[in-house]
Amino acid sequence: MPVKTVEQSIIAAEKLNETLNAFLEIDREGALQRAAAAENSDGPLAGVPIAVKDNICVLGLQASCGSRILGDYHPPYNATVIERLTQAGAVVIGKTNCDEFAMGSSNENSAFGPVRNPWDTTRVPGGSSGGSAAAVAAGIVPVALGSDTGGSVRQPASLVGVVGLKPTYGRNSRYGLVAFASSLDQVGIFARKVEDVARVLGVIAGRDSHDATTADVPVPDYVASLTGDVKGARLGFPRALFGEGLDEEVGSAVKTVVDVYRDLGAEIVDVDLPHAKYAIAVYYIIATAEASANLARFDGVRYGFRAEDTPELRQMYRRTRAQGFGAEVKRRIMLGTYVLSAGYYDAYYLKAQKVRTLVKNDFLNAFENCDAIITPTAPSTAFAIGEKVDDPLAMYLNDIYTVTANLAGVPGISVPCGLSSERLPIGFQLLGPYWSEPTLFRLAHAYAEARPFTERPPVFAPSA
Amino acid sequence: MPIEEKDIAKVAQLAHLELDDEELKVFGSQMAEIITYVEQLNQLDTANVPPALGGLTPEGERTDSARDDEIVPSLGQKTALAEAPDPAAGHFRVPKVL
Repeated sequence: MPVKTVEQSIIAAEKLNETLNAFLEIDREGALQRAAAAENSDGPLAGVPIAVKDNICVLGLQASCGSRILGDYHPPYNATVIERLTQAGAVVIGKTNCDEFAMGSSNENSAFGPVRNPWDTTRVPGGSSGGSAAAVAAGIVPVALGSDTGGSVRQPASLVGVVGLKPTYGRNSRYGLVAFASSLDQVGIFARKVEDVARVLGVIAGRDSHDATTADVPVPDYVASLTGDVKGARLGFPRALFGEGLDEEVGSAVKTVVDVYRDLGAEIVDVDLPHAKYAIAVYYIIATAEASANLARFDGVRYGFRAEDTPELRQMYRRTRAQGFGAEVKRRIMLGTYVLSAGYYDAYYLKAQKVRTLVKNDFLNAFENCDAIITPTAPSTAFAIGEKVDDPLAMYLNDIYTVTANLAGVPGISVPCGLSSERLPIGFQLLGPYWSEPTLFRLAHAYAEARPFTERPPVFAPSA
Repeated sequence: MPIEEKDIAKVAQLAHLELDDEELKVFGSQMAEIITYVEQLNQLDTANVPPALGGLTPEGERTDSARDDEIVPSLGQKTALAEAPDPAAGHFRVPKVL
């Protein structure tokens, strides 16, 4: 019954958006037409309503990236992941709010207002894919796409109590994902069930001739990996990451997860990631450097916003970008330009790329002794809107557990593991070797079966 | 290496961003704080460490991205100009360059 399911999703999106601000566009008419067409689909996702972050191109819908500089830009093509989802019968119902150009950990950097956390609307849903995360948590859609450059799928998944996956670098195509930091970006998946994430990855993964960084690696049957059996799996426990800066309640919840895995028959082994503490510093050099180059294309010439009353070309560029970009994007373009500029390149950018090798080697070494590593996903539960907006560095430290996976290119998944005393979701993260998504799904699913997370937020779709 | 206000102004110029005095001041102090933070990387001796450039996974590095040189459809002039702020006579029009 695709049309009925999709219509229920649209009704819920329209109803809850006033509270959550999760959607920047809800495509009622188009989605119902696509749902009608999907009535005859025998694809694996026939009639499944899906929400898509507003930095992923969907033909016919806007792609603002949460920025005034793109505004109501409508891309002339589908991203490859959208092409594949549509082939499989999925129906995009709308575009979700996000931090501008995916730069942020709270969704407060959207030019169109912050998304609110369905568990407590005075708090952030995390970011940058906060709208997609909130839409899934609130039961509007079963599945949503986001993008993860430093944790932008896993961190919001944790803060709203859903499952969030960042696949291995090159697992799926970035064609049609508006580039932030090309060596770190991957399209990621949100769902309330591990099984749904596995099913969607099976559809979108694989080589794409439009993205030279996709790898020629066979796509396995991910759903078949959900055996429920983790006996003998070796789970790495990086003790040093459970210390300073980690909220006590979060730390103890994740340690309880380790106990559950032990009870399920997994072997817990100590691992060390000695360079993880440098990851934020490396990340904010590499990500901003790549962003400063990628965002050079927004110049008011070919698409998007152009500043008025600018009689000279360079002035038009400068003013368009000054008026079109928000503060965080400007700050990162400035930082990236600085670390790449003459005289500083070796001291910052080259140094960061060398330490990136060390971060990567930490993982390669650790995975000789374990099948996956467990960490918290975020250092705390959802914080209040406005709490960290004036302190960029404090905001960046939210990504402390997630950026390492992007730097190394390994996959990571966040799984809900309960509520805090303030009834806010807590998530744990599993990181695995390259192409180990089946292992991550098997482990995540086994935990979710043993300790189902069945709580619902106060803001929740009545139809779901 | 402390960042000075003239450095910030120069970076803004390189980045094609017109910033007002207030923004220069705020970004200046925030960037200085972030740069100080990232300078902790200097604690590490990386003399013999190769930089991580290019493909991240061995399989990605091995993937041959060459394709046959075939003619495929492109956007076409009308679609390519459809989102332009100031299209004119089949072109992107910009303010005067000189």
